[in-house]
Amino acid sequence: MIDTLRLTAEDAAGLLERGEASGDELAGAYLDAIEARDPELHAYLHVVGEQGEGVPIAHKDVITTKGIPTTAGSKILLGYTPVFDSTVAARCKEAGLPILGKTNLDELAMGSSTENSAFGPTRNPWDPERVPGGSSGGSAAAVAGGLAPWALGTDTGGSVKQPASLCGVVGLRPTYGTVSRYGIVAFASSLDQVGPLTKTVRDNARLYEIIAGQDPCDSTTVELPEPVAIPEGEDLTGVRIGVPKEMNEAEGIDPGVSASVNAAIRLAEELGADVEETSLPRSVDYGLACYYLVAPAEASSNLARYDGVRYGHRAAVDGDLTALYARTRWEGFGAEPKRRILLGTYALSAGYYDAYYGQAQKVRTVIAREHAAAFERFDVLVSPTSPTVAFRIGEKAENPLAMYLSDLLTIPANMAGLPGLSIPCGLSDGLPVGLQLIGPQFSENALFRVGHALERALGFDFVPERLR
Amino acid sequence: MAITREDVLHVAALARLEIPEGEVEGVREQLGAILEAVGKVSELDLADVEPTSHPLDLVNQWAEDEPRPSLPREEALANAPDPADGSFRVPAVGG
Amino acid sequence: MNGWEPVIGLEIHVQLKTRTKMFCRCENVWGEEPNTRTCPVCLAHPGTLPVPNKTAIEWTVKLGLALDCEIAERALFHRKNYFYPDLPKGYQISQYDVPLCSEGRFVVPGPDGDREIGIVRAHLEEDAAKTIHVGGAAGRIHGAEYSLVDFNRGGTPLVEIVAKPDVRSGEEARRFLQLLRQTVIELDISDAEMEKGSLRCDANVSVRKAGEEGYRTKTELKNMNSFKFVADGIAVEVERQIARYQAGEEVMQQTLHFDPQTGTIAPLRSKEEAHDYRYFPEPDLVAVAPPADMVERARAEIGELPAARIRRLEAEVDLDLAYGLVTSGRDALYARVPGDDRRAVANVLMNQLAAAGVDPAAVDGAELGRLVAARETIPRQTFLDALGASADPDFTADPYLAETTVSDAAALDPVIDGILAANPGQVEAYRGGKEGLLGFFVGQVMKETQGKADARVVNERLREKLNA
Ligand SMILES: [Mg+2]
Ligand SMILES: [Zn+2]
Repeated sequence: MIDTLRLTAEDAAGLLERGEASGDELAGAYLDAIEARDPELHAYLHVVGEQGEGVPIAHKDVITTKGIPTTAGSKILLGYTPVFDSTVAARCKEAGLPILGKTNLDELAMGSSTENSAFGPTRNPWDPERVPGGSSGGSAAAVAGGLAPWALGTDTGGSVKQPASLCGVVGLRPTYGTVSRYGIVAFASSLDQVGPLTKTVRDNARLYEIIAGQDPCDSTTVELPEPVAIPEGEDLTGVRIGVPKEMNEAEGIDPGVSASVNAAIRLAEELGADVEETSLPRSVDYGLACYYLVAPAEASSNLARYDGVRYGHRAAVDGDLTALYARTRWEGFGAEPKRRILLGTYALSAGYYDAYYGQAQKVRTVIAREHAAAFERFDVLVSPTSPTVAFRIGEKAENPLAMYLSDLLTIPANMAGLPGLSIPCGLSDGLPVGLQLIGPQFSENALFRVGHALERALGFDFVPERLR
Repeated sequence: MAITREDVLHVAALARLEIPEGEVEGVREQLGAILEAVGKVSELDLADVEPTSHPLDLVNQWAEDEPRPSLPREEALANAPDPADGSFRVPAVGG
Repeated sequence: MNGWEPVIGLEIHVQLKTRTKMFCRCENVWGEEPNTRTCPVCLAHPGTLPVPNKTAIEWTVKLGLALDCEIAERALFHRKNYFYPDLPKGYQISQYDVPLCSEGRFVVPGPDGDREIGIVRAHLEEDAAKTIHVGGAAGRIHGAEYSLVDFNRGGTPLVEIVAKPDVRSGEEARRFLQLLRQTVIELDISDAEMEKGSLRCDANVSVRKAGEEGYRTKTELKNMNSFKFVADGIAVEVERQIARYQAGEEVMQQTLHFDPQTGTIAPLRSKEEAHDYRYFPEPDLVAVAPPADMVERARAEIGELPAARIRRLEAEVDLDLAYGLVTSGRDALYARVPGDDRRAVANVLMNQLAAAGVDPAAVDGAELGRLVAARETIPRQTFLDALGASADPDFTADPYLAETTVSDAAALDPVIDGILAANPGQVEAYRGGKEGLLGFFVGQVMKETQGKADARVVNERLREKLNA
């Protein structure tokens, strides 16, 4: 009997390698788990159940899959079946990973709770009354709930790291440019990155290895400067860890979250790391505002292609083309995408560009410089991933600004194009707390090393308590 | 500078979003609140700072001028809401 | 113009004849079945990304150098956002504040010497798709029932050249355009055919009092699809504006359409909303920094420019013939044809040889020179036959030169008398004052002698006999 709640992707690969399970048996076990638990969790929008000989995978439904519907959680793409594969889906296919299904998300990856899905929210496997985070909430919940051994998500402002944190799993947002965005339904092009959600750091490194590397279809990608190293060992001797005080003392961080994070930091010291306080004053103060100008501006342009001409939803209109566009888009997009399209259009429009979008791009420079300065002294910066543990469904649904604060701590590194890894570091009120590790560009191996060492030392049990 | 009803309608027209009359005021209030929050970026004096439009400092990422197969027409039109005569049909512009 | 000076700024779009499109590798071909040269990228499917065509960039640099432009060290692509069904992404990838080429100049020889037209910029962008308007009058937008969009053309590399308002007449605009067309053809980067739309021209027209500083209100003349229409359209618009000012009226800023059929100008329907393109740097693309070897290779491929050749030729033939030779690509043959009467050589090349439809590149200049020299002494039909055969591989003038014209009056008189006798009505009419009938009689004689009669002698004899 395969226990999908406990099984890591490495474990699953071992079963296949040793002939203790066939690919079909393995996928079958996950499909059974999906049948049993997904009606409650709603991690999946579309169960595919491909046959194959590798460790199966779930893709966030912004990841284009040829012949398999891809909705991005939006009605605007209802009925759309891609005629091509995204590069990451193609790489997983080449690596022999059959697709279990497409996971739920905040519509068009806009949100931090997966409540913005046009097809209903996903629930947190640790507490179904609570959100799994977002926007990759379906992928995080699928991994945490034993409905997939590993999954891909996308992270623009924190959409891999934050749901990983809220669901007690490991999530990597890679260095911008290391993973192809070709075939990823675009939200904010200069920020979007695909990242793995897994139960362990080693699983994460293995999946990152499969998807990373330059892609001729994405001219913003680069070759990795060094091969991915699967981490081993617990020693952190010589690792210089910085603790930015603004990110650890920010207003709104739950005391329980701080306690867990601080314990993890002390543990890192015990493992041999040099830990010192540091500061990223303007990154935290201005990061959120900067993000909520840059991302909506790019989104307003990226979402212009949804016009009902070539694919997707088209309103039944008895009018001219302008009426068709305006009705199609009002009907097809949910509240959050519409809000961001309007905001982004405003930020780019004549007379406002310099004050909003132009200024935000300059703040972005400031944030990148602050981080670069910190990385002259440190290998890794640490903070909570999310200021809070999983919140209740509906709790922030009516207040966009409160919801936006969920990404307060994940955004600064994203604005600078830096990699970040979230690992579970304990519980607060019975809910997982995430520790965010940030490194300079292309430092994924260092993040994996530190994350793996802490993961081993922390001994966090990733199976949700109520399902053990 | 508070966002006005006219601003909302102008931006909605630019973005091709048809806000129903009854929702304009609600949209204006929400946008106003968000704009006030993000307007924080103007607190910083960044006159001498270069803008960052891209996280990586790359140049000259391009492809050679070598053709690759196009889609068969059936596939190009497979998702079209209103295909006609091998093309994508739309209502007349301003008709 | 009685004291008024036209001020004309030209904007020219040139489609590049690269093998593939600007941002995807679909074939860049003309005239195929609709929507058979498309892919997810040029149909703007979700998640697709542009990858620039290196050759298009190099060719734009080459054109920039030919226009004496500065080549940007680091050019950017921007997004120009607007909705239209021929624009699948909802934005055109173009260049904005840092185009590839800027601050150039283009010399246009004219009757009063060289005129130097400033070039503001030459930038690279992608062309829109083709929209066919169905129903209504003759495929025009107005009154159409619906439109069909064909994305084959969508994404063709397009160079936009913006000239300073230095042009002073419709004729000068035509010469500018003809020279520019010949330049891009010789650079081997475009077919530049106005009828096919691979060369398109808009003109901004205003007038001012001679000596007046600054500019008055300008109008925009759109899509004039032949050199003649450009010259005529501008001339008509200039007259219209002068007439308005002289009548004490103002000129309104508007976009106009020139109807070559009627020679009149009418406003295009104005869009209901002001343009706000919300330009911002294209986040899916990185900067272009043309490498030194690319620039040098491009520079090395530029031969002597058409304007310089026109200036040299103008000393031998007149300005119109010089333009004709150079802009028809016949000046290379002209240079290979010996002979003292240069105007005669030029006239033969531009008239009879052109009418014969032979390829100038295949003609032996020396042999052609012998023919031109003998054009008065060999029968006219023989001369034309020889020109028709002049591009044959083994062509020699000898057999044609052996034939001589019949110039002996004694031999011609019987023929002439016979024709006058056979056409008593025409003879009477001629003698009654219709002297234009002389040509008719000459034609009859030539016909009777199979073109071998000496036209000068025939004319003389006919006149004598008719006036007798
Ligand atoms: Mg243009
Ligand atoms: Zn294409």
